[in-house]
Amino acid sequence: MIPLIVTGVIIYGLLRKVNIFDVFIEGAKESVNIILTIMPTLIGLMVAVGIIRVSGSLNILEVFLRPITKLISFPVELIPLIILRSISSSASLGLVLDLFKQYGPDSFIGRLVSIIMGCTETIFYTMSVYFMSVGIKKTRYTLVGALIANIAGVIASFYITLYIFGK
Amino acid sequence: MLNYIWAFMILLGIIVAAFTGKMGEVTNTAIISSTEGVEVCIRLLGVLGFWMGIMKIAEKSGLINLLTIKIRPILRYLFPDIPDGHDAQKYIAANMIANVLGLGWGATPPGLLAMKALQELNLKKDEASNTMCMFLIVNISSVQLISVNIIAYRAQYGSANPSEVIGPSILATSISTVVAIIFGKLMERRKKI
Repeated sequence: MIPLIVTGVIIYGLLRKVNIFDVFIEGAKESVNIILTIMPTLIGLMVAVGIIRVSGSLNILEVFLRPITKLISFPVELIPLIILRSISSSASLGLVLDLFKQYGPDSFIGRLVSIIMGCTETIFYTMSVYFMSVGIKKTRYTLVGALIANIAGVIASFYITLYIFGK
Repeated sequence: MLNYIWAFMILLGIIVAAFTGKMGEVTNTAIISSTEGVEVCIRLLGVLGFWMGIMKIAEKSGLINLLTIKIRPILRYLFPDIPDGHDAQKYIAANMIANVLGLGWGATPPGLLAMKALQELNLKKDEASNTMCMFLIVNISSVQLISVNIIAYRAQYGSANPSEVIGPSILATSISTVVAIIFGKLMERRKKI
């Protein structure tokens, strides 16, 4: 899919007489600012997640949650991620990378996590930024809808991963 | 809020480690994980730089504008309360297209402009309008088609086929977005002003 898009964009750009490479550089430069913004956050979060992991806190949490998730064979390791995902994108990213490190990106957990990250979004942060920018505090059914959407995404991801990749 | 989460995570980790005797690991991981954070960013710089370069070409060549016009029918269905041709349509379109193309950060500026435009149309200034609720719910259900970042991370951690998750992700996110739209439409019907 990506080569298709790249080809399409470049051909269209050439047809419209755009200075392809100059414009490319212009766009690529913007990525530097983005990375500079993410890097300190990612450093902080990866250390925090790493500390949580090596301390054994997650193992303790697992013990409590195990009875519940045994019922639907949902990987218990992902519960912290799902909670965190609705709150902070960087924190959940740190957790995802940690899971990649532990289980590998091609394991069932690795793939499930990749798909979950692709179909969910942070709730509280997005809502605050968008609503605060116009001074609205009464958000009505937005929160419920967002939670439902994300949960639907997680459930869908689980069954899709199971069906396409198997355990 | 992140302040408290982060502080909580580190303090909890250290305290638990004190009990489980893993203090040594904590120190090690502080060094290893922080370095990793930087490594991830440097690799991401490559992929992101490339993708944003291509997207800039799409923008400058007018391709994005073309797509904006094409998705007007969808916007009219999702957000019937916006008068056709209103600025809000333009901004929402830019926001959604940016999200679809995986440019999360590029989606926020037009998204905020969209909110401002929607607030103009809003009858109760201190309450979210139906359109605003729908806009946010759809946004949060994530309409991302291609998540370049995740592919880059997977490649970094040794995935044999990093982009194999694209198809399944699209399917999953479509489901979550459909659920979001259904919910939004149901709520709109209930709260007929």
